[in-house]
Amino acid sequence: MATGVDLIEKVKANVNEVQPSEVAGELAENGLALVDVREQHEFEERHIPGSIHVPRGHLESRIEQFAPDKDKRVILYCASGNRSANAARTLSEDLGYSDVASMAGGITLWKDRNYETVVPRKLTQEQKERYSRHILVPEIGLEGQLKMLDAKVLLLGAGGLGSPTALYLAAAGVGTIGLVDDDEVDASNLQRQVIHSTETIGVAKTESARRRIEALNPDVKVNEHRTRLDSSNVLELLADYDIVVDGADNFPTRYLLNDASVRLNKPVVSASILAFDGQISTFVPHDGPCYRCLYPTPPPPELAPSCGAAGVLGMLPGVMGLFQALEVFKLITGAGEPLIGRLLLFEALSTTFTELKVQKDPSCPICGPDAPEVSEHDLGKFPDYEAFCAGPAAVA
Amino acid sequence: MPNVKIPPVLRPQTGGQSLVTIEGAKVGEILGGLAEAHPGTKSQLFGDDGELNRFVNIYLNDEDVRVLDGLETGVGADDTIVILPAMAGGR
Repeated sequence: MATGVDLIEKVKANVNEVQPSEVAGELAENGLALVDVREQHEFEERHIPGSIHVPRGHLESRIEQFAPDKDKRVILYCASGNRSANAARTLSEDLGYSDVASMAGGITLWKDRNYETVVPRKLTQEQKERYSRHILVPEIGLEGQLKMLDAKVLLLGAGGLGSPTALYLAAAGVGTIGLVDDDEVDASNLQRQVIHSTETIGVAKTESARRRIEALNPDVKVNEHRTRLDSSNVLELLADYDIVVDGADNFPTRYLLNDASVRLNKPVVSASILAFDGQISTFVPHDGPCYRCLYPTPPPPELAPSCGAAGVLGMLPGVMGLFQALEVFKLITGAGEPLIGRLLLFEALSTTFTELKVQKDPSCPICGPDAPEVSEHDLGKFPDYEAFCAGPAAVA
Repeated sequence: MPNVKIPPVLRPQTGGQSLVTIEGAKVGEILGGLAEAHPGTKSQLFGDDGELNRFVNIYLNDEDVRVLDGLETGVGADDTIVILPAMAGGR
C-alpha cells in the first residue's frame, strides 16, 4: 500500500511544476489566472497579490466561475506545493483545463524568495456579523465594506434629510460622519427628524445625533461641527471629507457649497424637500454638471418657501434622505450608477418619480470651460450669496 | 393636448391642479396659454419683458429646453412640459 507521501510524489511527477521565479515573470504578463487553493483563514492571513481564492474543497464547483476559459493558463499555489499539485491534477485530468501548473514550494517558498505578498485587512468577528448581509452581496463584499469603513462623509444639516441619511450611513458602517448644524432639537422637529428624540429636546442637534449614532454603531466616528456653513469655514470643513451630503435649508448655503465643492473637487449629493415633493441629484465636479448648471439663478424668496413656512410631510425627508444615503453608498463603492447628470423628482401624494436630464452648462461660471481659474490665494474668497439669492433688486 | 406639470409653488395659482393640459405646438405658446388660463402664474413664469424668468427651468419630457430650441421648441400632443423650480428645503 502506497503512503500519502508516495502518492503526492506520484502526482507531482505527472503535473507541471513551476518555480516562484517563473510565476513572478508570468504574473507580469496578462492572461494568467493565479489561484490560491488554501483554506479561507490562510488566504486571509496572507496571499499573493492578484490571486484568486478557490479553496481546494470547492475547486470543482467554483473554478469555472473564476476561470471560465479552459485554454487559458492557470497556475495554482498552496502553502508548500502539495495541495496545489493535487488540485492541478484535478483541473487537467477531470475538468479539461489544458494549461495548468502548480507552484513548487507554495507561498512559503515564494515569500522566502522575497516576492511580494499582501496581508489583507480584516474585519473583527463583531464586524463580520454586523455587516454580514452586505458582505454576502457580490457588488459590496468585504472590499466594499472596507471602503465604507474608510469613507468620510460630511452631512450638511442634522435635520429632516440629515436624520435618515446619518442613521442609515451609520448603520451601514460609514466610518466617519461629520455633522454640520448649529441648531438645537425642538419638539416641532420630531415629526420627521428621526435621529433625535423627546429626551434630547433642547440638546444641540449634532450632539443628539452623535449619541444616537454611537448607540447604533460603535464603528462610526462622529465629528460634531456645531456651526453654520459659511464662506469663512467651508474650505476647512470640506477638506477632511470624501463626499458631502447637502440637506441645507436655504439657497445661499447651497450655492456656497456648490462653488466650494467644485473648487475642492468633492462630490455632493444634493436633495431638497417641500410639502409632498422632493428632488435629488448627485454633482461630481467635472464628471457631470454642477448645481449652478441646473439652477443658474435662485428663485425669488416668494417662490422658494422653506419647510418652516410651507410645512413638510414627515415621511418625505425619510424617502429623500435614504436616496441620499444610497447615492453615497454608490459613490463610495463604485457600485451601480449614481444620479450624475440626472435629477430625480418624487411626488409623494401620487407616488410618482420623474427623471430629468441635467446637462453641463457650457457657460457655467463655476465649472464651465470658460470659468475663471481660482488661484490658491483666492480659494477661500466667495461672493456674497445672501445678496445673490435675494435677487437683482437687493443687489442693486 | 400636451400636459404641463405644475410644481407645488405654482399650484395655488392653478386651483391646486398638478397637471393641466394646454393647447399649443411650441413650448412658448403653451406656457403663454398657461399664463392666460391661470393668470396668477404669469408673473412667476415671465418677466416684465415677456421673457421666461431665468430662475424657471422648463423641461420638454426629460430634456431641458435650454439645450433644445428654448421657447421655440416644438411640442407634440403626447409630450409633457415640466416646470421645475429650485427648492432649498432640507429641514
